[in-house]
Amino acid sequence: MPEHIISSKLYIGIWAALMCLTVITASVAFVDLGPLNTVVALVIATLKALLVVLFFMHVKYASEKLTKMVIVAAIFWLLILLFLSLADYSTRGMVHSGML
Amino acid sequence: MADTPLMTEHEEGLQHQFVDMEQQRNASSLGMWLFLGTEIMFFGGMFLAYLVYRYWYYPEFAAGSRSIDIYLGTINTAVLICSSLTVALGVKAAQLGKRKTLVTLLLVTILFGLGFLAIKGIEWYQKFEEHHVPGRSFSAQDLIEKYPQIHIDPAPTQIYFSLYFAMTGLHALHMIIGVGIFCFLTFHACKGRYTPEYHTPIEIGGLYWHFVDIVWIYLFPLLYLIDRKPLK
Repeated sequence: MPEHIISSKLYIGIWAALMCLTVITASVAFVDLGPLNTVVALVIATLKALLVVLFFMHVKYASEKLTKMVIVAAIFWLLILLFLSLADYSTRGMVHSGML
Repeated sequence: MADTPLMTEHEEGLQHQFVDMEQQRNASSLGMWLFLGTEIMFFGGMFLAYLVYRYWYYPEFAAGSRSIDIYLGTINTAVLICSSLTVALGVKAAQLGKRKTLVTLLLVTILFGLGFLAIKGIEWYQKFEEHHVPGRSFSAQDLIEKYPQIHIDPAPTQIYFSLYFAMTGLHALHMIIGVGIFCFLTFHACKGRYTPEYHTPIEIGGLYWHFVDIVWIYLFPLLYLIDRKPLK
């Protein structure tokens, strides 16, 4: 399989999308959405990260399955770290208050 | 043992343990992604510390986040996104063997990287002036007066700023290393070392640069955009 070469137009399109999302996330932060502010900020950040990984880092086109597996495993590992730790910290109060 | 020669004709740049250039390229890219996996865990520890402390001391994190310059932060995000574009176009130029375009794009990337660090420096300087650097001279008095609606305890506010400096500092360190790597790549690109057949260093250097960009993509909302809505 020869290297897949992505057109410059697509790269510039991705760049424009990333710039727009940056402006949107900075502007939306000033609007009161209650707890949704954090959710929106993180969804936009993840969308931007996905665009960078898939197109700028060529994962959509050029990577082997093994490489893709390493990426998914790395993210999965990070989520284990974050979710299990937060499950601990966010429920400590419940033990003392008799909720559990 | 027959004395048939083991050495066969190699393509230029092909190490003898690989079957062909494609296998060599894939191996390099896999190795780089494994390294980036360790980097995710490296930064992951800081993100976890951030999440736990933000959960415990939300008001102080909100006030601290309000005090850092969102405009400089947004501009820096844009600078990094532009640098990622020049890196992506640079990799393409290397794939097509356009040496001059490659060198130009690498130099522009270095300029964007230095620009990012300069703006970061201005932001840090502001924090020093405002006595927001954790330590003996730390003071949250200005925040307490500015945001009477938020109940601010100075000690946890120092935690926010400790994490701010640690996370942006670690990121800036990666940027400095990135600029170093790109200077190395520019030097070799000038000498014409990279061809459409062999440009793996450009490719994996680019992966590193994009990864550092992604870290910033998450740092920006987490540090700058915690709580910007109008206070009641």
